[in-house]
Amino acid sequence: MYRQEAENIIVVKDLVKKFGSFVANDHLSFEVKKGEIFGFLGANGAGKTTAIKILCGLSYPTSGQLIVGGFDIYREREKIKRNIGYMSQKFSLYDDLTVFENIRFYAGIYGLRRKVIEVRTAELMAKLDMKEARDKLIREIPLGWKQKLAFSVAIIHNPKIVFLDEPTGGVDPVTRRQFWDMIFEASHEGITVFVTTHYMDEAEYCDRVSIMVDGKIAALDTPEQLKQDYRAGSMNEVFLKLARVKVN
Amino acid sequence: MSSILVEHISKHFKQVNALNDITFSVDRGELFGFIGPDGAGKTTLFRILTTLVLPDSGKAIVNGLDVVKDYRKIRQDIGYMPGRFSLYSDLSVEENLNFYATVFGTTVEANYELIKEIYVQIEPFKKRKAGKLSGGMKQKLALSCALIHKPSVLILDEPTTGVDAVSRLEFWDMLKRLKNSGITILVATPYMDEASLCDQVALIQDGKLMTISTPSEVIKTYPWRLYSVKSDDIFRMLNDLRMFPGVHSVFAFGQAAHISFKNEGPDQNAIHRYLENKEHSGIDVKPATANIEDCFMELMIKQ
Repeated sequence: MYRQEAENIIVVKDLVKKFGSFVANDHLSFEVKKGEIFGFLGANGAGKTTAIKILCGLSYPTSGQLIVGGFDIYREREKIKRNIGYMSQKFSLYDDLTVFENIRFYAGIYGLRRKVIEVRTAELMAKLDMKEARDKLIREIPLGWKQKLAFSVAIIHNPKIVFLDEPTGGVDPVTRRQFWDMIFEASHEGITVFVTTHYMDEAEYCDRVSIMVDGKIAALDTPEQLKQDYRAGSMNEVFLKLARVKVN
Repeated sequence: MSSILVEHISKHFKQVNALNDITFSVDRGELFGFIGPDGAGKTTLFRILTTLVLPDSGKAIVNGLDVVKDYRKIRQDIGYMPGRFSLYSDLSVEENLNFYATVFGTTVEANYELIKEIYVQIEPFKKRKAGKLSGGMKQKLALSCALIHKPSVLILDEPTTGVDAVSRLEFWDMLKRLKNSGITILVATPYMDEASLCDQVALIQDGKLMTISTPSEVIKTYPWRLYSVKSDDIFRMLNDLRMFPGVHSVFAFGQAAHISFKNEGPDQNAIHRYLENKEHSGIDVKPATANIEDCFMELMIKQ
């Protein structure tokens, strides 16, 4: 939940990332509060993925200061990686491993003990209503299950922040909403959620939303305030007003 | 006259029933939408119609031609844009377009009018390799290539998946213009909001057609009393509403939740009071009209 007085878990100051002469991120500055659901929106090619890769410690910025989870992006990248979770639209689960093997693999990477893994797996199977799927191969389970499992695995080590890159693409509307229930729950438990999506109704679920246009942050506020500022009835309208200026 | 006629088509892969007794028809010049999530069977159906996969049973006719017997002729008549980008990444924009024109025994010049509006947007990059284009540009090139032989039927498999809201809007504007030029268009999408832009929609889930109708008819058939409810803490509100006595369904819809009741249900004041008692603030309860997504989820619950 967003609280004005909460501590900043991500601080970005003047982030610039260039590829040759192309400026993918053009002086981005923003903060994300602890426990907040932060929507990171933008048209295709606006520079979202580039920024996320930097925030996850996978790529260096050209210049700028960045603190993620209390760690410096230049000097403490390995600490950042231990304290974040990541899930993308292309699931990070292994198709030819079972559900349990995937959980054991990821939990093992983050250093969870065998006993703990057993307990967490049982909890997870009960919570996701997937007990009978524990020993099934990932490729045999439905897309909606994979998605919920991928999210659960991304937060199995209790990270400070979880990055979700278009997590709900292609699923049915009921599963999409169940997925957001899981996001709300993680946020209530204090995990900060940094999420990108093309579904504008999902932008309404975020505590605050930033909208990138051409490598810059064109707007950043609560959905309520953005709708007022842009005299729009929905986040879809806000997005169209801001992003439609440029046609690729 | 119908441009596409599908009767009792079924198809299975090993244990999976990809398509289960599918029947529908599409009139000439109609924009027909297949709405459903990944794995619903949309791609399999489109592959059967484009003569790339054989059905287990049933019959499919495109422009009076049978998809099994007359597959060669059908291929001349249809334009197909598969879900996965399938142009040649190491050929330039221009080379791809010329290649497709030549394969169909025509030239880019002969049918330039049809693609002009789309192609001018990517023409500045015509020397660029297709693999180096942005998502939006790839989509425009793929559509240009699917249209270059002037097909009478255009089949588009999830052309807007992973595409941002602005590009989606522009893409649908293009489809409307193509439809006005007389082309029959069959399009698949997981985005429920695109349903309202079609003449007819088929809602599909797990290989079964749940309903086929005009978008406004689909909405009219929504059977329950529906309210739109807002409060300051949406997560807590969703959980509280799910405990409301006699509730049928509660789903988040952006800033509000849609709550439905079978039969009469409570009036809006009762819901307001209920949330007040649970110490919610910023409460707003209004009667709501169902949209396609409400209908889709209702049909899913029913199954």
